[in-house]
Amino acid sequence: MGFALLPIIVIVVFLILVIGIYNSLVLLRNRCSNAWAQVDVQLRRRYDLIPNLVETVKGYAKHERETFENVTEARSKAINAGTVKEQGEAENMLTGALKSLFAVVENYPDLKANQNFLMLQEELAGTEGKIAYARQFYNDLVMKFSTKQQVFPSNIIAGMFNFKLRDYFEIEEPEARAPVEVKF
Amino acid sequence: MYEQIARNKWRSFFLILFFLCLIFALSWVFGELTGLGPHGLVIAVIIAVAMTFGSYYASDKIVLAISRAKPVKKEDYPYLYNVVEGLTIAAGLPKLRCYIIDDTAPNAFASGRNPKNSVIVVTKGLLEKLNRTELEGVIAHEMSHIKNYDILVQTLAVVMIGIVALLSDWILRTLFWGRGRRRSDSKGRGGAEIFIVVGLVLAVLSPMIAQLLRLAISRKREFLADANGAFLTRYPPGLASALKKLAADREPLEAANKATAHLYIVNPLKDFKGKVNKLFSTHPPVEERIAALEKM
Repeated sequence: MGFALLPIIVIVVFLILVIGIYNSLVLLRNRCSNAWAQVDVQLRRRYDLIPNLVETVKGYAKHERETFENVTEARSKAINAGTVKEQGEAENMLTGALKSLFAVVENYPDLKANQNFLMLQEELAGTEGKIAYARQFYNDLVMKFSTKQQVFPSNIIAGMFNFKLRDYFEIEEPEARAPVEVKF
Repeated sequence: MYEQIARNKWRSFFLILFFLCLIFALSWVFGELTGLGPHGLVIAVIIAVAMTFGSYYASDKIVLAISRAKPVKKEDYPYLYNVVEGLTIAAGLPKLRCYIIDDTAPNAFASGRNPKNSVIVVTKGLLEKLNRTELEGVIAHEMSHIKNYDILVQTLAVVMIGIVALLSDWILRTLFWGRGRRRSDSKGRGGAEIFIVVGLVLAVLSPMIAQLLRLAISRKREFLADANGAFLTRYPPGLASALKKLAADREPLEAANKATAHLYIVNPLKDFKGKVNKLFSTHPPVEERIAALEKM
């Protein structure tokens, strides 16, 4: 009687382990998806801040029309971007347009002292930080997920149930890697 | 970075293991001396846990009250909240409440039994004297304490000190009031003398060993929080620079006292120099922390 029990216990333990590994792979995959969506939340926040910022600056620097148009256009492009590549390009354009906008602000000391403007500037700086951290967190999760798919024994389960590796968020344009130069 | 994180995790694990061995040694000696067996350990655990866990559950409220920290809203301190929120995103933690201590001495701490009930506390001096990168370094360090459940680790260490203190005390009482000898006589044990000697030595030394262990654990967790914090920001120089500024600013923090000093990022009371003093410090010396960060 004892001998018949042993293989049953072994099989049950084995099944529990397999289920455990499968579930943890599912959990990691969902965490990656969540983190990717959270990046979008922060990007959205940045898009929402921009019209306010443009209006505040317009109040003081009415004649810098070209700068405003660049920012607004870049923002629309970024919101309507389709593929990840398109979005990356639009984001870079937007960052560049914002840089020009802040360069313009340097010429208007009243604007620089405006409470509303300072608050928006701080919010924007905070949001830029959050976008970066959200992307970093996504990459950290992708690393955990990829590692789990590649180490033994979870790689067997991952292969059996067709788990796919996710891409890291990477900068595509070499210009974006260059240090930011602020020229006045 | 990864190596330092792993190394400090292992070291604190082994320290806790050593602590447990000490406790088992004490409870075994106690069991032999009194014939109560493992009951002594059980009772000691219950008492120590009961005494400590009340404070653990309210750890955030107690500490905030002692430190005279005031809660602040995002509207009043957007800069602080933006920094904290960015790092909670990087750490995968829920939103944290922020508190301010109205003091020009720069310092910070975090408290709370788990991430959902945790708080970040900074002094006004910290916000004024550090730049954004340095502030991120400090807050990332505090957030790592939260993420690593360091308050729980410290509470466990305090519980273990309690157990050691109780068992040591009972062993000493047993030795002095002679109850144990009756049992060894009735069972005819010749080896009782060894237990008496061992028991005496352990009972006298253990409380101090336990304190030293707790302080060693605290120091390793500080190194771990430094390493994890640097990992969060991916920028060790930020925290290194902040530590340099904090070390240079020797103004004592008025609201801090011995009970809460271990929570702050740098010791808010005195500067501990010299080898013996280092053993009794809750924090590693700032120079060593900066050196470790610069090696990353």
